[in-house]
Amino acid sequence: MSEKIKFTIDDKECFAEKGQNVLDAATDNGIFIPALCHIRGVKPAGACRLCNVKIAGRLMTACTTPVESGMEIENDIPEIQDLRLAIIEMLFVEGNHFCPACEKSGNCELQALAYRYQMMVPRFPYEFPVKEIDASCPKLIIDHNRCILCKRCIRSFKDENGKNIFAFKKRGHKLQINIDEKLSANLSDEMAQKAMDICPVGAIIHKGKGFDEPIGTRKYDKVPIGSDIESVV
Amino acid sequence: MSKPIIATTSLAGCFGCHMSLLDIDERILELIELVEFNKSPIDDIKEFTKQCDIGLIEGGCCNSENVHVLKDFRKNCKILISFGECALMGGLPAFRNGIPIKECLDEAYLNGPTVVNSNPDKILPNDDEIPMMLDKVYPCHEVVKIDYFLPGCPPRADLIWDALVAILTGNELKLPYEVVKFD
Repeated sequence: MSEKIKFTIDDKECFAEKGQNVLDAATDNGIFIPALCHIRGVKPAGACRLCNVKIAGRLMTACTTPVESGMEIENDIPEIQDLRLAIIEMLFVEGNHFCPACEKSGNCELQALAYRYQMMVPRFPYEFPVKEIDASCPKLIIDHNRCILCKRCIRSFKDENGKNIFAFKKRGHKLQINIDEKLSANLSDEMAQKAMDICPVGAIIHKGKGFDEPIGTRKYDKVPIGSDIESVV
Repeated sequence: MSKPIIATTSLAGCFGCHMSLLDIDERILELIELVEFNKSPIDDIKEFTKQCDIGLIEGGCCNSENVHVLKDFRKNCKILISFGECALMGGLPAFRNGIPIKECLDEAYLNGPTVVNSNPDKILPNDDEIPMMLDKVYPCHEVVKIDYFLPGCPPRADLIWDALVAILTGNELKLPYEVVKFD
C-alpha cells in the first residue's frame, strides 16, 4: 500500500500519492485548477500557465510541480484568479477566436474557461493575426487561427501504428503545429475524431463533422467546466 | 421623474441582436412602460433629439459611418453598452481583418464569380456619399469608451432584459451561467 502525504489547498486538508503533481492531486481532492495543456497520464508541459498556483509565496504551475508533504497551496485567491483570466484574455486576442462560427463552440475548453471566469471582453487590444487554415489532410482541418500551442496533440496523439503525426515547426511568434502529410492520409475516422477531441480548442477539426449538436446540449452549455471535479468530493 | 431614455443602433452587425432584444417577448410592453426610446431602428428616429441615458450598440466598426455614429452615441448617451460578439470583438465581419482591403474590394467588385463580367469599366465604389471602409473591423471599445459588455451571438434575451433592469433599477446584475455565451 502506498503512503499518502498530507498537504493543504486554500487551507483545505488534502491527501495525495507521493510523486503526484499538484494538479492531479487537487483533482483527486475535488478541487478544480484550470488547465488547457494538461492531460492526465501524459508528461506535463507547463505550456498554458493557467494552472499557476501559489506555493510558499511563489507562482508555480501545478501540473509540473510534484506535491510534497506539508505543502501549503493557494489556489482560489483573487490575485491568481485575475492572473488566469488575463491569460485567457490574452489567448483570445492573440488568435482569431470567432466563437459563433466555430465547430467546437460549446465543447471548447478555452471558451468554457472564459465562461467560468466571466470574461466579458478582453482587457487587451485584439491582434487579428494573419494565420492559415491547412485542409490538406483528407480527414482533418488544422485551423491555425484557433491554435493556442498547448502541445496536447504533439504530446499525446499517435496514429494506429504508434507514430507521431503532429509536430511543431518554425520558431517564436511564427511557431505553429504541423501535420505529417503522409501519415495523416491514412487516419481512420475514429482516430480523426480522437485528434479533434484532444484539442482543447477548435484548431483540429474532423472533416465533415461539426455543428451536429444543438445549442443547449453541448458539454459546457449548462454546467461550468470543472464542476464534475468539484461535485465528486 | 421622467422616464429613462434608450437609444439603439446596429453598426457592422446583422440586426440579430436587435431581434434578440425583441425576444424579450411580452416584457417589451413592460419595457416601454419603463423607458422611452429615442434614436433607434425600432422607432425609426434617425437623429438624436435629446440626451439619452442608455445607448445599446450592436456591431463593430467597419467603415467611417460606423465610427461617426458610434462617436455620436458616446456624445449623446450617459451609458454605452456593447451587445453581441460583433460589437465586442468584430464578429463575422472581422473575418476580413486578415485580408488586405484592396483584395476585398477587388474580389467584391472585379474578380468575384458573380461580378467578373458585369463591371467592364472596373469601377470601385468611390463617392463622397459612400462611407469609406476602414483598414479592418474594430471592436467598439477600441474606438470609444464602452461602459458595459453583453456577449452572445446574439446575447440571450434574458441577458439583455436583466442588464437593462439592473441599470434602470440600480441593482446588481446577477449573471446565471446559462445566459453568458459567446455563440
